[in-house]
Amino acid sequence: MSTTRRDFIRASAVGAAASVAGMPVRQGIAAPAAIAPPGDVKWSKAPCRFCGTGCGVSVGVQDGRVVATLGDPEAEVNRGLNCVKGYFLSKILYGGDRLTTPLLRKKDGQYSKDGDFEPVSWDEAFDVMTAQFKRVLKDKGGTGIGMAGSGQWTVWEGYAASKLMKAGFRSNHIDPNARHCMASAVTGFMRTFGMDEPMGCYDDFEAADAFVLWGSNMAEMHPILWTRLTDRRLSNPHVRVAVLSTFEHRSFDLADIPIIFKPQTDLVILNYIANHIIQEGKVNTDFVGKHVNFKQGNDDIGYGLRPDHPLEVKAKNARDPSGGRPISFEEFAAFVEPYTLDHAAEMSGVERGFLRRLADLYADPKTKVMSLWTMGFNQHTRGTWANNMVYNIHLLTGKIATPGNSPFSLTGQPSACGTAREVGTFSHRLPADLLVENPEHRKHAEEIWKIPNGVIVGKPGYHIVEQNRMLKDGKLNAYWVMANNNMQAAANLYGEGYPGYRNPDNFIVVSDPYPTVTAQAADLILPTAMWVEKEGAYGNAERRTQFWHQLVSAPGEARSDLWQLMEFSKRFTTDECWPAALLEANPAFKGKTLFQVLFANGNVDRFPPSDIEPGFANDEAQAFGFYPQKGLFEEYAVFGRGHGHDLAPFDDYHRARGLRWPVVNGQETRWRYREGTDPYVAPGADFQFYGNKDGRAVIWALPYEPPAESPDEDFDMWLVTGRVLEHWHSGSMTMRVPELYKAFPAAVVFMHPDDARARGLKRGDEVKVISRRGEMRSRVETRGRNRMPVGLVFVPWFDAGQLINKTTLDATCPISKQTDFKKCAVKVVMA
Amino acid sequence: MTAAVRRSAWPLLVAALLSACGSRHEETPRRAPSEPVVITGAGQQIDAIRRGVPIDREATPPLMARVENFDQRRPVNYEMQPPTIPHAIDNYQLTVNTNRCMLCHTASNAARFQAPPVSEAHYLTRDGAVLEQISPRRYFCVQCHVVQTDAPQLVPNGFRGLETATGETMK
Repeated sequence: MSTTRRDFIRASAVGAAASVAGMPVRQGIAAPAAIAPPGDVKWSKAPCRFCGTGCGVSVGVQDGRVVATLGDPEAEVNRGLNCVKGYFLSKILYGGDRLTTPLLRKKDGQYSKDGDFEPVSWDEAFDVMTAQFKRVLKDKGGTGIGMAGSGQWTVWEGYAASKLMKAGFRSNHIDPNARHCMASAVTGFMRTFGMDEPMGCYDDFEAADAFVLWGSNMAEMHPILWTRLTDRRLSNPHVRVAVLSTFEHRSFDLADIPIIFKPQTDLVILNYIANHIIQEGKVNTDFVGKHVNFKQGNDDIGYGLRPDHPLEVKAKNARDPSGGRPISFEEFAAFVEPYTLDHAAEMSGVERGFLRRLADLYADPKTKVMSLWTMGFNQHTRGTWANNMVYNIHLLTGKIATPGNSPFSLTGQPSACGTAREVGTFSHRLPADLLVENPEHRKHAEEIWKIPNGVIVGKPGYHIVEQNRMLKDGKLNAYWVMANNNMQAAANLYGEGYPGYRNPDNFIVVSDPYPTVTAQAADLILPTAMWVEKEGAYGNAERRTQFWHQLVSAPGEARSDLWQLMEFSKRFTTDECWPAALLEANPAFKGKTLFQVLFANGNVDRFPPSDIEPGFANDEAQAFGFYPQKGLFEEYAVFGRGHGHDLAPFDDYHRARGLRWPVVNGQETRWRYREGTDPYVAPGADFQFYGNKDGRAVIWALPYEPPAESPDEDFDMWLVTGRVLEHWHSGSMTMRVPELYKAFPAAVVFMHPDDARARGLKRGDEVKVISRRGEMRSRVETRGRNRMPVGLVFVPWFDAGQLINKTTLDATCPISKQTDFKKCAVKVVMA
Repeated sequence: MTAAVRRSAWPLLVAALLSACGSRHEETPRRAPSEPVVITGAGQQIDAIRRGVPIDREATPPLMARVENFDQRRPVNYEMQPPTIPHAIDNYQLTVNTNRCMLCHTASNAARFQAPPVSEAHYLTRDGAVLEQISPRRYFCVQCHVVQTDAPQLVPNGFRGLETATGETMK
């Protein structure tokens, strides 16, 4: 009986899959009618609140509440589909513990670091916060003030925060949580192309012949892009999918070439492919000759740990990690020559046949390849290198910037590109790829911002990993955390984060819609409006800028980050923040509030509230008497227009389902750097990588180097952290959505059954995961969606109840300063 | 020995101050960090997901939740919201060649297996063409449809669904 049933299942399911390719059209079924709005439901467009895919959703509002969210059929990204998180998106606004009033730690009616949280008014909250920030300003100046920002900030919130910090408080110690997810992608782009963000776009999914996932689990982390990839693969039998990871996950369900490699040996595989292309005579010599330079990068660059860590002291180039020297093609070929198939197979533990098939996808000139990656590459102590090295193989073959030929860096946050990167919220950056270290760039920014030359400090500030270290060391004393959950997200919680926040010298402010772990560690919590409770703009991974209107009001006294930043700026004067000499030379700025010089500057306050599209509320415009989102956006857009980052006029975005920059003469750009599709490429140039002065991209000779920490006798397992489909990042939103919570309610330790048995463990047993830095308690999972190799465990980090970052190592890529959350050594024991 | 090491380390340190981004802020020698201010007051553990446990403590994690396996369809909040899966899907194969879910949920088999058929939208391509079989873009069912465990909810949710024409609220 059971045999019969199983056979039937197999036969009919195979039949179902096989006929997918044939696609006979079924007659007599009309496409579903447009969603009929029942009653007085008003439908508006918005991008999804979660990942960097940037799906469009239709938001239904009834009686001032969001009552439904549907996949937007008109959104090009997702054409009506959402993933499970997107379908339950409307519920993120309504978690029962939304913060509705500021909370301050108090004792005997006064602020006290060891007090208990008590509800206070915004006035009292800002009074205490102002006094604390002024104490630090007086003591240390702007260098004692810091801010942890976000790839979830709207474009104008990130822009306003950057202005307040860099121009107002004269502190460059502002850095987004995007440092944890995108920084290696950024430095990879900058080193190879001299300009940030992908050349291609999502249209590549429908044009590629092969897809290679480098350490990315798109099936769970970018489900809608995975539907486009799956669609292409199943509809076109010639298409091939290679999936590379250190353990087997859901994306392997579609893999034609499944590759499980030993941690860190992706670097070896990348160099093997480059060598294979050269050895097989498959270099596109015409393309390389015209459009590519070769450089050898500095090696032995350390691990981004504290400078006095033995690994840093010992590293030859820890102080110049991004340096390099020009070399010839022949020198590059000689450099990668030792990376043979045998060497790669031995180092990576991957079968030679799979490696060879992978390399041939790139080497075959007729196969259009889309490479995709996210945290596997970016969260890597050689993350910048990994990004450079995947560009190497696309550049050697000329498979770039044309439909289907696309090295594509995916993003994890909804506006990691649009806000964190493009707006310049990193500690070393200004808008549109400008750098604080460059005097010309600072002057340009100061002119656009209408502030005196010399206000912006020329030294990069503390990046977000360094911020925790500096809080602990008492160098950063007034700290504002916005739209992130960094106590849960950052590595080495016991070693750096927690002692930093609880350092008695420090005052920690956390703005969030929900009482997160980070809020718990703070001294003052500010309740924050989220998503469609404010007007917003996000930029997704394919350079698409998307706007939405405010659709509902925030609960209680929750206010948007934008309101908080602008309102707080009213409490400081230039005299308190800028040097006396600077004000002497520019007396017109004396005695002005930061609000006056930053936001009432003739740019930001230029547009009246009457410009707001009729039928939509805007709480910030009501509060300030002008349309700040439009003013901030138009001032910001000046940075990029005419410089390859052109944004369309503000109002256009409220009409479009997003536009991909550069938008020139009303036309978006799908493939950059290619003549005919990018208006910035000179006629006759064919390709032009204009981010670099000579128009050439750089192929970097970079070696394999070992990870910062590997398993040994005492800590005998690799720990990889990451995410699951149902939860988004730290889970502060999705853990409050009942269906998502109940689908995956708690973190577990995914482990090979043999590893469990060897430790006397079985599925469901309570264990301690212990590293040199700390421990957390969890339960063993030997089944489920992931299949682990022996010697490696995977623990998702979404669960505030199980803080895996108590064990992780805060080693970073020394170039990008992005933490490697994929490799450290732990032991797992029965609790 | 120690002195020699220290002396030779100085030029390195100075170079560190002048160049790398990560180290240039080390203007003064690091002092021992202050003891963290303790915040473990009763009733002050505000993140419900931590189940009352302070950040710097670890507690026994909840027992592994079980997947609800009663085959009882659960209501949706609004049209086009994917229903949750009311049964266990352990060992269901979902690969290029096999789709265990569609065995029962494909329109032609649904009645026989007393399973709800997938909606007509599942037969549409990205460009709106209608297919005989499930659209390849909808092939991996678990991207939208998820099981539910018996884990006790930690935070209530006040979402209210669309009010229908009859005045009922879809829960």
